[in-house]
Amino acid sequence: MAETLTHHSVEKDEKLWEGGKQPFKVSYGKLMMWYFLLSDAFTFAGFLIAYGTLRMSSPTWPVPDFVFSTIPGGIHHKPLYFVTFMTFVLLFSSYTMVRAVQEGHRENKNGVVFWMVLTILGGIGFLSCQAWEWTTLIKGEHVSVTKNPFSSHTEHGIYLEGDGHDIKEGDSFAPGTPYLIHQHDGKWHNLKYKVTEGENAGAVKEQAFGPKAFGALFFFITGFHGFHVLSGVIFLLIICVNAATGLYVKRRNGYEMVEKIGLYWHFVDLVWVFVFLVFYLL
Amino acid sequence: MGHLSYEESKSKALKIILILAAITFVEVIICLWFKGHIGGGEPKSAVMLGAIMIAMSLLKAYLIVYEFMHMKYELPGLVKTVLLPTLLLVWAVVAFFMEGDYWKNRRGEILEKDKSESHLQLEYDSNKINKDIRRMSH
Repeated sequence: MAETLTHHSVEKDEKLWEGGKQPFKVSYGKLMMWYFLLSDAFTFAGFLIAYGTLRMSSPTWPVPDFVFSTIPGGIHHKPLYFVTFMTFVLLFSSYTMVRAVQEGHRENKNGVVFWMVLTILGGIGFLSCQAWEWTTLIKGEHVSVTKNPFSSHTEHGIYLEGDGHDIKEGDSFAPGTPYLIHQHDGKWHNLKYKVTEGENAGAVKEQAFGPKAFGALFFFITGFHGFHVLSGVIFLLIICVNAATGLYVKRRNGYEMVEKIGLYWHFVDLVWVFVFLVFYLL
Repeated sequence: MGHLSYEESKSKALKIILILAAITFVEVIICLWFKGHIGGGEPKSAVMLGAIMIAMSLLKAYLIVYEFMHMKYELPGLVKTVLLPTLLLVWAVVAFFMEGDYWKNRRGEILEKDKSESHLQLEYDSNKINKDIRRMSH
């Protein structure tokens, strides 16, 4: 009797991976969403590590709280204000997503649709903020994938001319002081300065452009993240419409599609935690 | 989630989002204080700031994955297959950052080498031009 029981259970174990049974007590779709997100995490990690490596290798780097200090309305010198707002928008869209999943678990159709619509609005809000940020960098400050006018000084010095914005003739600076080279009518104005300390003391130099990789890395990585947000918004829309038409009511599985897109949406927020860390906070 | 009632999970979600928002807010405040934008004073240690920012971001990541994505309620097998591979990234970060630092320290040598190589390139170009001129004059 005991033997047959053992035999029986072994047979059951063999059938574990042959379909009909869920390996980790989760559906195929949810499990594969987790593994897709794992692979996506490696893709993002590759990009962010490339950013870190190039930043480490460079003697100067644009100072984030100087680069990202403009807020709508042409207001300057508000370091990180706008990007913090963007972060909150995405964070709260994660909360509304959780609520949509919870309403799904108790098969409340209207609740699912209501919270999903709020999530979609959050996603669109975030994308709009990003569009504004990119426009400011490209149109206002003339950053491109091949030219980076943002950099910082490596020596002590004194400016020999002003730029009509923040820098006046005679202003002195220390290593690490950030600057932006302005462009007027398509012409760059690299300000002249005199080195006041160190082995080059007395030498007259011109503001140099910042590390070229900055623009390419910024636009590529935040663009790749933004593309994830955009895809997320599109999938959220499709699933929201499906939920509204009552497609998932028939399935009686607690709105599992909403749960799956929820996993993806939280992942997009998770990636932003690290993009926010490496591009803005450090 | 299955372990909590609807009302419990509702208030739990609200609690987690408020914690996440608070961490983010404190993160930005600490960052601006370290960089000397608020509270006055000189910029403080960048290494210290980096350590605090990374620790707080990892805490946020934990809350998002374990609470919002319900990793807390999945079987240990699933948790391991998803989270253990990400440990490889720890070495990737260490190895690549060491390499980046090495490039920075060797930048002078690299520039010199580039200069000597562009010198060779110039010689080569002038030889080629001389040959072309000779060919044309014949």
